[in-house]
Amino acid sequence: MTNTWIIAKKELRTYFTSPIAYVVMTVFLVLVGFFFYSLMYWFNSQSMQMAQNQYYASQININQMLFSPLFHNISIILLLMLPLLTMRLFAEEKKIGTEELLYTSPISVGEIILGKFIASLLVLVAMLALTGLLAVFTFLYGNPELSSVLMGYLGLFLLGASFIAIGLFFSSLTENQIVAAILTFGSLLLFWIISWASSAATGFWKEVLNYVSIFQHFDNLTQGILDTTDVVYYLSFAFFGLFLTHTVIQSRRWR
Amino acid sequence: MIAVEHLTKRYGDLTAVRDLSFKVDKGKIWGLLGPNAAGKTTTMRILTGYLPATDGTATVGDFDVFAQGNEVKKILGYLPEVLPLYPDMTVTEYLKFIASLKKIPAAKAKESVAKAIRISGLDSVKGRLIKNISRGFKQRVGIAQALVHDPQVIILDEPTIGLDPAQIIEVRSLIKSLRGSHTIILSTHILADVTQTCDGVVIINEGRLMASGSLEELTASVRHKDGAVVKVRRNTAEAATEIARIPGVEKVQRQDAELKVEWKTGQDPRDEIARLCLDRQFGLLELRPTAMSLEDIYLKIVSGGADQ
Repeated sequence: MTNTWIIAKKELRTYFTSPIAYVVMTVFLVLVGFFFYSLMYWFNSQSMQMAQNQYYASQININQMLFSPLFHNISIILLLMLPLLTMRLFAEEKKIGTEELLYTSPISVGEIILGKFIASLLVLVAMLALTGLLAVFTFLYGNPELSSVLMGYLGLFLLGASFIAIGLFFSSLTENQIVAAILTFGSLLLFWIISWASSAATGFWKEVLNYVSIFQHFDNLTQGILDTTDVVYYLSFAFFGLFLTHTVIQSRRWR
Repeated sequence: MIAVEHLTKRYGDLTAVRDLSFKVDKGKIWGLLGPNAAGKTTTMRILTGYLPATDGTATVGDFDVFAQGNEVKKILGYLPEVLPLYPDMTVTEYLKFIASLKKIPAAKAKESVAKAIRISGLDSVKGRLIKNISRGFKQRVGIAQALVHDPQVIILDEPTIGLDPAQIIEVRSLIKSLRGSHTIILSTHILADVTQTCDGVVIINEGRLMASGSLEELTASVRHKDGAVVKVRRNTAEAATEIARIPGVEKVQRQDAELKVEWKTGQDPRDEIARLCLDRQFGLLELRPTAMSLEDIYLKIVSGGADQ
């Protein structure tokens, strides 16, 4: 574990001594802030209108009307941002020649991968934690359901972890950071839109496409529903990404 | 301390190293000499556990490189051909990171880093970002990185490449200062690196072992002739025929304005040559011994390889 932490610490230092982490986090927060503001504005005007009518008034739900769409928006921003965070992790080591140093040190490939994964996860946690400030305001002035909000954050965390694992995998394939980012972005997009194809499919294939799609599992969590299927999906997705990374690195060296 | 037996490495159809065997004793400095693309880097990468071999065995210390890679990595310091530096770290930060990577206990790390900085002469730049220091200092950081955990075995891939002459001399004396306490293999295509720092040499070309042994053994094996280059101001052609008549001289070869003279070892005719030039007023400009025999072997091997 100490080996993993040594690598994670190094990656975190690189993130925060270079502009990468600050730029990614700032842009992310600005976008999230904008979405939060417009959703809140819409929610306000909507609830004014709904309050006129006894029936509609009982239907006002800040979790469904504000948080659920906000989490969806954040998930799309993460899809755009996280590949930029992960693209350098292996590609840069390869480019500047430091991978030779890592692989000739008494530390295993698994520990190196895990260290880098944890470093990116921590940046993701920091990003999500900072958006928590917005949630705090809604709790100050309203009464959303805490468990649903937390569930949404859990969903974002799991989703982000899968994104990062895929990003690591593509970073291990190339020494070009741009290539790594584009491949990550493209494949994540594919995993998203694959669920659109499911509306055309029927029976078995419909279920398969729905299950594979990375955002399908996210819906439940934003609604505050914790289904082990979804959690297992994300965990296995992340594990699979890390496993592929490990295979790629080993095969390069043993070819 | 280091033993390589029948080592072979193939990349697809390309054979980088063929059936290479050699041994290095504890505390010695050995050079791995060969032209570019001879297989030096591949051999070193195999020894450090970065690459697996296709065939053969390699042991470092008491450990087999392939079966006990992690044990080998603990007692090994390695300077790769491309300096493995993180440009956004300061020299001290970088060496601290390496120290933790090499499993130096936190309590000892500070001391080890300070020692590596001192040995490598990095005191003046230790607080600066690696990307802002000169090539010569970067090379020294690379060497400090290989030394920081005080490894028993140090492998240096082209430690003097890209340095200016003064820096080359500094790096050589740094390497020499490690003799005895560390076993070192360094690769180079510069002959002087070997003759000035190494106890022994392995010459390879196109992945094959061409010669190996201590410097004395190797030079003794080919040293049956000595030679000198003579340069005169006038009448070069006449000088050539006159010098050829001096007893002991075996061969005089004219090359532009220079004469290459060879004689049997032990029959040094340089006095006579000088006297002749003075007596006949050829105007002696230069009388210098030709380069050492190791260079002859090396050039023969390298050019022989190119002819095939």
